[in-house]
Amino acid sequence: MGQTFAEKILGRLAGKTVVPGEIVQVSPDFAMSHDNTAAIVKTWQEIGVSRVENPDRHVVVLDHCVPAANEKFAQNHKEIRQFVKEQGIRNFYDIERGICHQVLCEEGFALPGKLIVGSDSHTTTYGAFGAFSTGIGRSEMAAILATGQIWLRVPETMKIVVRGVPPKGVSAKDIMLHIIGSVGADGALYKSVWFTGPTIEALTIDSRMVLTNMAVEMGAKNGYMEPDSKTLAFLDGRAKTGFEPVYSDADAEFDQVLEFDVSNLAPQIACPHTVDNVCPVDQVAGKTIHQIFFGSCTNARLEDFAVVASVLEGKRIHPDIRMIVIPASKQVLQQALKAGFISTLVDAGAVLVNTGCGPCMGNHEGVLAPQEVTLSTSNRNFKGRFGCKEAEIYLCSPLTAAVSALTGKITDSRSSIK
Amino acid sequence: MQLITGRVWKYGDDVNTDVIFPGKYTYTVTDPQEMAKIAFEDLDPNFAKQVQPGDVIVAGKNFGCGSSREQAAFCFKYARVGAVVARSFSRLYFRNCINAGLPALTLPQSPDLFQPGEQITIDLQMGRIFCAAGEYSFPPLPNAVLGIFQQGGLIPYTRKSLGLDGANQR
Ligand code: SF4
Repeated sequence: MGQTFAEKILGRLAGKTVVPGEIVQVSPDFAMSHDNTAAIVKTWQEIGVSRVENPDRHVVVLDHCVPAANEKFAQNHKEIRQFVKEQGIRNFYDIERGICHQVLCEEGFALPGKLIVGSDSHTTTYGAFGAFSTGIGRSEMAAILATGQIWLRVPETMKIVVRGVPPKGVSAKDIMLHIIGSVGADGALYKSVWFTGPTIEALTIDSRMVLTNMAVEMGAKNGYMEPDSKTLAFLDGRAKTGFEPVYSDADAEFDQVLEFDVSNLAPQIACPHTVDNVCPVDQVAGKTIHQIFFGSCTNARLEDFAVVASVLEGKRIHPDIRMIVIPASKQVLQQALKAGFISTLVDAGAVLVNTGCGPCMGNHEGVLAPQEVTLSTSNRNFKGRFGCKEAEIYLCSPLTAAVSALTGKITDSRSSIK
Repeated sequence: MQLITGRVWKYGDDVNTDVIFPGKYTYTVTDPQEMAKIAFEDLDPNFAKQVQPGDVIVAGKNFGCGSSREQAAFCFKYARVGAVVARSFSRLYFRNCINAGLPALTLPQSPDLFQPGEQITIDLQMGRIFCAAGEYSFPPLPNAVLGIFQQGGLIPYTRKSLGLDGANQR
């Protein structure tokens, strides 16, 4: 019998043939941590070793509250800078570089066939490049700093086949919200999810990352797409090390196979307070909003800026709302500056903020007040996510966010596409 | 392993980490006592005030979904919760519980079996739960991770595996 992608990668690292359900002890190729590195280091110190097992295994990115919002965050950053210097961790990216998941992809750590763990749930993103990537806890990262090892359960695989050319204005975000809405927040619990089919193949790299990023919102352990010529072109000149793509065998066994046809899909939106509470945008159209957040590791890449700028070009956003714009990385910012997208957005009345997570975790830069409603291009709408448990968060595509910015209400982009 | 005895705190499906331990505190609240006081802040403000050692949280499917933040497991440990029983757990939450040494038990009948506030007893060794509705079994932890759990969590386990036990302990 053939093997799945997940069985092959974990088997390679475990040095044996593995089957779903089995627990293996493995060394990840890369391990990512962000602002939580300071807390991880404290736990690592409790273990009682003085040197990091392999500094080059680790990638540290400051992004969750950058620049520091107050003294506590500043102290946190200071301790991390000290630690990476002392321990010789060269793969360190300071506050100007971008959101961790975007940075690992741009810097060529997210590579086909690699096992990458991160102390952040959206580490699943790197599967867009054919990596096996998954989130872990802080103690586990501390143990990796000490031993280079982690235990992982070999997951069953759910194959999701997507077909059809989506209608104009329907993006990867709409497709993924639709999938999460149908599968449910726990529909892929513990599973490795393989996104495949003609629609996936046709997606750009930026768009593919939206799906793997949000795979964790249906409980998945990791999301995976087969590397192809687009993947290789993206990695050309960027890959940090050599790599070997890994594919599932044709006769591999899948736990579940789901098919989606997106030919007639309408723009989708996730309503408060769960990501699987999804409906077509027109069902909630007309709802008054107070803020738009165009940012996060899900949807703040160059193609997203192009879409938003094309809608806002020469217009003003509605006077009763504010629009927070945070590029996913410095590279995205630089490209968007060059393309003129940033000045289009700022001219339209948007507020540009330094690259990073911004209000996505409720830390700063656009947190909400009670009874306020925000429309966000990010990935989670849980109660309190934007710093206030009495606020409402709706999740949508950059296009839906942009057309709604003009009207001040949740708006179906199809009513404005001519 | 000892018996766990305590009162039931009952919740529903898809309880996420943001309501267990809000994201805005993840870099600012690090003291165990303070962490215990925040537990469930956005879901049940009474919980942290009234929880007693040994109390058991029971819930439906996908408990602990969302963030990787392990404070969402540790805050219950610091509040001296005896165990969390759910129909299913998010994978990160389940890992974090093992690594924190907090019993996370999967029971298909949860939470319908339980009445809020009732006293229940859990025998970890035997894999049994005793409650008003009867006596039920839950699957034991996989052998490969049982060791971590028995050492009281991943950090003590790692110390032991590196031969550092006894030295320099907190
Ligand atoms: S942008 Fe939001 S979801 Fe992405 S890593 Fe930052 S806090 Fe997490």
